[in-house]
Amino acid sequence: MYVIETRKLTKRFDKLTAVDSLNLKINDGEIFGLLGPNGAGKTTTLSMLSTLLKPSSGTALVNRHDIVSEPSDVRKSIGFVFQDPSSDDTLTGRENLYLHALMYGVKGSEINPKIDEVLKLVDLQDRQREFVKNYSGGMRRRLELARGLLHEPKVLFLDEPTLGLDPQTREYLWAYIKKLSREKDVTIIITTHYMEEAERLCDRVAIIDLGKIVVLGTPDALKKKVGGDIITLKIASPNLQAVRRLGCVRKAMVKGDMLQLTLDNASAHLQAILKVVGKVESVELRSPTLNDVFLHYTGKEIREDSAEGGWAERSMHYGNR
Amino acid sequence: MKSMSELSGLYAIWYRELKVFIRERSRIVSSIVSPLMWLVVFGSGLGSTITSVSGVGYQTFIYPGIIVMSLLFSSIFYGVYVVWDRKIDFLKEVLVAPLSRTTIFFGKAIGGTTDALIESLILIAMAPLFGVQFTLVTFLLSLLIIFVLTMGIVSIGLIIGSLLSSPEGFGLISSFVTFPIFFLSGALFPITSALPQWLADVVKFNPVFYGVDLLRGVTLGIPTSVSPALDFAIIVAFAAVLIALGTLAFKKMKL
Repeated sequence: MYVIETRKLTKRFDKLTAVDSLNLKINDGEIFGLLGPNGAGKTTTLSMLSTLLKPSSGTALVNRHDIVSEPSDVRKSIGFVFQDPSSDDTLTGRENLYLHALMYGVKGSEINPKIDEVLKLVDLQDRQREFVKNYSGGMRRRLELARGLLHEPKVLFLDEPTLGLDPQTREYLWAYIKKLSREKDVTIIITTHYMEEAERLCDRVAIIDLGKIVVLGTPDALKKKVGGDIITLKIASPNLQAVRRLGCVRKAMVKGDMLQLTLDNASAHLQAILKVVGKVESVELRSPTLNDVFLHYTGKEIREDSAEGGWAERSMHYGNR
Repeated sequence: MKSMSELSGLYAIWYRELKVFIRERSRIVSSIVSPLMWLVVFGSGLGSTITSVSGVGYQTFIYPGIIVMSLLFSSIFYGVYVVWDRKIDFLKEVLVAPLSRTTIFFGKAIGGTTDALIESLILIAMAPLFGVQFTLVTFLLSLLIIFVLTMGIVSIGLIIGSLLSSPEGFGLISSFVTFPIFFLSGALFPITSALPQWLADVVKFNPVFYGVDLLRGVTLGIPTSVSPALDFAIIVAFAAVLIALGTLAFKKMKL
């Protein structure tokens, strides 16, 4: 039984096809990642799954409810942490949670215990009575994580949960997300364009580009598909023929003055390669990452620095009502 | 079961509007200061050149009109908070909740009406300063009139807010709507005697005119332009139509 099953889910905006006949099956209880560059269709997919956007064609089942014909039941089954902050900063953290509980019809007698429980989960008990405008970006994200869980959804969507946060805060958030997944009976769907985030958090990852799934699997399985290790050389004029003649290199790619080689057991062959390749300025040897997987399947890189206006940055702009 | 959660959702949206309103003291202060300026400066200044209108002093005459003016301006302006909610993305949080758009609209409309009622109560408390005495009956009738009229006016603001995404655009369009309604409402002068015929005809299509007419009749005990029953029927119809249009606008509203 799948918690989410999309059937040829498609969204077109004028000429652009943002999501292109997506077929996806997500298991109960897993952390599933949608990884791709900006504009790949990740957020559009989540918007359709959460009934904020109507698909152009195709449909999906969320917790066995159809997103087109039963939007209200779908909304009761899901929690959503948006890419941009969406709490009211003139209210306190607790008040925001109280509002959320009311809007989702949490029973009166359960509201306060539930709020206490989720506040504890994200360690915000001490700051719950402060106005959200005095929260840091990380605290606000944690509050919104807690809010997304308050009504005990079957599925929790996290849209770029750590966009614009500093590395330390990001580590904390990852820990919280892992904890939620362990302690709560909830399936978590994350969109991200951070490779590391997908590798660290997700049980399975779908790499998407131009609205289509490029490849899907566990992070380890995906990396194995690329195969072997990667040697990156900084070199002006590599002797590619000589390298190929060694017979150990599976794939060689030249990009500007960088040469990237894919091969098994790289450390054993490194000396031989360096002997024949020419005058090398620097060498790097590493295991493949999801970025290499993406590069392998699409021929381009996911650029982490091209993020649209960071989350924290925007929260400052719209800080006041 | 379903209607229960809609009801608690309605309460949630109303609760938020009230909290925010009470916290933003500047909003209450500014909504009281401007009618007081009209009453004190305009009322006594212009009033000194006018002996009486419809048998009462000028300042007393405009008092009910200024109450309506203050709720007109603040209730239409209230729609800008829909635009802000869109900007701060709180609207997403509301729209993804399992609530019908009708519930969301009513929560907002009742929230805005509550704000206007609080402002009106402050002005009513100052009535003796402007030569107006309330009895329990006229007080309750006034609140009823203010409530009905405000539900209609708040809906105008919410409709404009649901269509726009920039606060600046909202300011521009809302003042286009607000000022004609205000000047042609009879709040500052008796329409029938003061305006040329063609303008007096236009006034007949201004629902707020009937609200001012009725509130003036109730608070000052002077004869109304049309029968009080007709006045009331018109503002009820006005509110009903605008609420229906507002619900529709919220159903069509996109993020």
